[in-house]
Amino acid sequence: MLVIENLHANVGDKPILKGLSLIVNAGEVHAIMGPNGAGKSTLAHVLAGREGYTVTQGTATFDGKDLLDLEPHERAAAGLFLGFQYPVEIPGVSNLLFLRTALNAQRRLRGEPEISGADFMKKVRTESAVLGLDMEMLKRGVNVGFSGGEKKRNEAFQLGMLEPKLALLDETDSGLDIDALRIVSEGINRFRSPERAVLLITHYQRLLDHVRPDYVHVLADGRIVETGGPDLALRLEAQGYEGIAA
Amino acid sequence: MTALPTRKAEAWRYADLKAVEALWPPQPARLISVRAGEAQEEIVRVREGGLHDLRVELAAGATLRLVILVQSSGYARVAVEAHLNEGAHLDLGGILLGDGEATQEIVTEIRHSAPGATSRQRVRLVVDDRSTGTYLGRIAVARDAQKSDAEQSARALVLKRTATANLKPELEIYADDVKCAHGCTVGELDKAARFYLQSRGLPRALADALLTRAFVADALTGLEDSSTREALEAETAEWLEQRA
Ligand SMILES: Nc1ncnc2c1ncn2[C@@H]1O[C@H](COP(=O)(O)OP(=O)(O)OP(=O)(O)O)[C@@H](O)[C@H]1O
Ligand SMILES: [Mg+2]
Repeated sequence: MLVIENLHANVGDKPILKGLSLIVNAGEVHAIMGPNGAGKSTLAHVLAGREGYTVTQGTATFDGKDLLDLEPHERAAAGLFLGFQYPVEIPGVSNLLFLRTALNAQRRLRGEPEISGADFMKKVRTESAVLGLDMEMLKRGVNVGFSGGEKKRNEAFQLGMLEPKLALLDETDSGLDIDALRIVSEGINRFRSPERAVLLITHYQRLLDHVRPDYVHVLADGRIVETGGPDLALRLEAQGYEGIAA
Repeated sequence: MTALPTRKAEAWRYADLKAVEALWPPQPARLISVRAGEAQEEIVRVREGGLHDLRVELAAGATLRLVILVQSSGYARVAVEAHLNEGAHLDLGGILLGDGEATQEIVTEIRHSAPGATSRQRVRLVVDDRSTGTYLGRIAVARDAQKSDAEQSARALVLKRTATANLKPELEIYADDVKCAHGCTVGELDKAARFYLQSRGLPRALADALLTRAFVADALTGLEDSSTREALEAETAEWLEQRA
């Protein structure tokens, strides 16, 4: 589904990704761990198409399409979802208006009919109830006045609403209390299917107790330096990143 | 008849004086007066270029909710001179949408002439292309107009760096027990917000239109009737989406 080969990218003039390769197939869950500043969020932003990041070498394809050649909204319509490490507050644009606009923009680009108001609200009610976000919050501006954990729950809610193929979740577990972590994890597990894939960026084993990954990668200094199964995360938890080849 | 203004006059410094010359002398000001204790709502839409003068008289305890929407292709200037008597309240929302080469101005002079009057201004300018948007807002509080409360917020959104926004508040206060909160900011669209919207599937132009609409909506918060507010929001949204 996602094939990244020898990816090099700069933020401004500074090289951050330095030859990163990764293959994610449908049905798989991958976890990426790694020290602060290693380039995990940079990878997420490059894949989603954020301005200010320049790919200097390498390729990334998504379902065979050249991902790097697409506009950010085209990547979203193709089925890529980025859960932000730091979700943005947008005063004056309600969560509901935002989501409905996003959903319909994606549908239009895919040549599908727009969702009806009734169907949209039905879906909102189902998904928000699961994540414990009430209607009052959803009528507010996007993430405005949301606590850190509520913002992350809102990311999980949007994931449920938009139903992408690949969820790229950048520290969606950070800032969640114990119950919220379980709820969000359940959301991710419900999202899992043979046609979909998940890439979890995380610092904590806790999340991986709930969402069991097929692969765990260590990203250090702009590259994947080690790949293993779930036991790799346990080993890192015990030993830290020292001793991992950088 | 008043003389043709020149660049030296502060109030005309950012005007398109060539256009002013062709429009001179101005028509007499349109009078909006609200009787003691009454409340009124007025929407002023300016689609045609020209000099539009408004004179607002608020009797004791009168309330006026005034919204001005300026969106013309040629030079347009809306000048409001308001007199507030004891305990009167003026809520003024201003929206100025500029594109092409348009020069547009909202000029207000709010006079608190007697004690206890309140005024609240929220003006939002959006300038694109090579347009110029100007807000000059003067507040004058007379010596015996104690307990006046004059709130002023003016913000400009510059969509392209070739466009110009001028914001100039001016306070002239002779009373000492007065509240005057004011803020003026000029900025661009928030890139992080734009990317967030894009990453969820909104094309850039649509993301920008949504953010701009939210920016402008502040100016309409004084309207009590939500259907009027929505109609005005829809009008500005239309302008924004045309450029998308
Ligand atoms: N706009 C920027 N300008 C300059 N340097 C930047 C910019 N954005 C990121 N960087 C740098 O790029 C490096 C990688 O940052 P990135 O956010 O990808 O790290 P990360 O692996 O996600 O870290 P964390 O675990 O703390 O979230 C860091 O050294 C960071 O300071
Ligand atoms: Mg990060």
